Amino acid sequence: MKVAHATRSSQIGTALFALALVILAAAPLWGDRQALRLLAEIYTFVALASLWNLLAGYAGLVSVGQQAFVGFGGYLLFALTMLAGVHPLLAIPIAGFAAAIVSVPVAALMFRLRGHYFAIGTWVMAEVFRLVAAQISVLGGGSGVSLPASIVIGMAPTRTLREFETYWLALVLVAGIITAIVMLLRSRYGLALTAIRDNELAARSNGVNVLRIKYIVYVITAFGTAMVGALIFLQKLRISPDTAFSVNDWTAYVIFITVIGGIGRVEGPIIGTVIFFLLRQTLADLGSLYLMMLGVVAIVVMLWAPKGLWGLVVARFGWQAFPLQRRLIVSTPEEG
Amino acid sequence: MNWVNIILQGVLVGGLYAMFAAGLALIFGVMRLVNIAHGDLIVLAAYVALMVTSAVGLNPLVSLVLVVPIMAAIGYLLQRGLLNRTLGDDLLPPLLVTFGLSIIIQNGLLELFTADSRKLQAGSIEVAAFQAIPDVWIGVLPLIQFVVAVAVIGGLQLLFYRTALGRAFRATSDDQAVAQLMGLDTRRVFALAMALSLAVVAIAGVFLAVRANFDPAIGPARLIFGFEAVIIGGLGSMWGTLAGGIILGVAQAVGAQIDPGWQVLAGHVAFLVVLALRPGGLFPKVAA
Repeated sequence: MKVAHATRSSQIGTALFALALVILAAAPLWGDRQALRLLAEIYTFVALASLWNLLAGYAGLVSVGQQAFVGFGGYLLFALTMLAGVHPLLAIPIAGFAAAIVSVPVAALMFRLRGHYFAIGTWVMAEVFRLVAAQISVLGGGSGVSLPASIVIGMAPTRTLREFETYWLALVLVAGIITAIVMLLRSRYGLALTAIRDNELAARSNGVNVLRIKYIVYVITAFGTAMVGALIFLQKLRISPDTAFSVNDWTAYVIFITVIGGIGRVEGPIIGTVIFFLLRQTLADLGSLYLMMLGVVAIVVMLWAPKGLWGLVVARFGWQAFPLQRRLIVSTPEEG
Repeated sequence: MNWVNIILQGVLVGGLYAMFAAGLALIFGVMRLVNIAHGDLIVLAAYVALMVTSAVGLNPLVSLVLVVPIMAAIGYLLQRGLLNRTLGDDLLPPLLVTFGLSIIIQNGLLELFTADSRKLQAGSIEVAAFQAIPDVWIGVLPLIQFVVAVAVIGGLQLLFYRTALGRAFRATSDDQAVAQLMGLDTRRVFALAMALSLAVVAIAGVFLAVRANFDPAIGPARLIFGFEAVIIGGLGSMWGTLAGGIILGVAQAVGAQIDPGWQVLAGHVAFLVVLALRPGGLFPKVAA
């Protein structure tokens, strides 16, 4: 007996994913500066939404405070490069590890809050991070700081090369995060996570150590989110407490993307981000009306199609883009 | 005497935070719903009061006779039309729907009233103060606000334990299915609880708008203050929320005295300390 993960649609999906990666990796050859910038922004949102989806969609940890780790990663990038002379490319993984370490005591505190209160608790934590960042005067205090030109030039000799570098970095990061999530979900922990997603009580009664799994997912998510945060502010070259710890940018958008695309599915955040950017490119002029519309769409989807657009696709066609299914294959002795 | 003044101011502001908290604790108690839009509804109430006062020319405190029923009606309709659909075993729908609602209210207010900060003018009462003991001055308005907060929380307590509606609230809170079997229309009970919550929100919103400047973006911070007061005080106890509000107010006042940047942070720290040492809150009593 063995377990098969792949289906016909996931084989096609994985092939398409690989093909897309090759085409997107070659984007500096076919896209202009603006296209690269837009694509890199899309990658960061896919990455953030995928991580939030792992946290909320699978582990049931509905956080509205992930901006804490986005901002933490961004600030650590600035601190490490400006104050310790670390190369920006090295500062990104260090920011991830530091966030993972910080997330352990944070989780210990937040997990004391049940269900809904956990959500607001994480928001308070993010506010604490923001207010502390505003107190750090070497990083500009409340008004923020720009990355010094010497560090920017140190990354690559020309602006074009530097832009290629951050573009590829974003692509590597998002591909790495999605791959890591797929691997995690295929592992033992993934089975437990899927069980928690479907019914936490049933998972618990079948011997899943729910609290332990939640800890692991929270720390992994903090690790990934901080790396994405570091990259975002490496692209922006400027950081301030309000932009780094913005609940709208790093949580509201991310939640809407995940819900609209399909929560609790790896494909959901990808679909959601594409829709989000299509809407934004056409409706961004509307400003706050655009945000209101997003809110309305998210509410409508949550109430009438709680599994999101990808959930509708799965229900209709049974597709899945990633090899995440588990089917038992019972081998029968061959005849002859 | 300086510290006496500071702590006294903190206590009086704490009354406002307790009102933020009471509305939040009420609906959590009755239907296990955490309303992320709670802070934005407080700000909405402030804007409703702004419209009422400018249209009718009432003093803001008198305008409450209109603002409270308007907000209560909004709460009733919101619950019946939208939020009742989100209730169930799953945590996600109520959180996401109220989160979406929060974004909608914030941006709607931004569209209608711009980002300019506003304030309600209550006249000479705003600056009136009297000397309680030598060197300690008490503002009349902060004192009224505190007395109203105590009255609101006492009133909620009475309503919960002395009226038929309160019995319905407690029954639904204890066991929704059994309450339904006993002939309670729980959806209507939920709608009434939300109406009551937003009536309290209306009072809190008006006092907020009279005491300080407000703009469409300040809602989330009010939600957080209310939430912190609930957790510090202990889940499910109405008088606990008053104590929680006061502790939060004092922590912020003391923090502001150390460094202006520390005002809000000190409140968060007080919350985290309570969460670390007494996760059930300081006055846990599962009553409401």
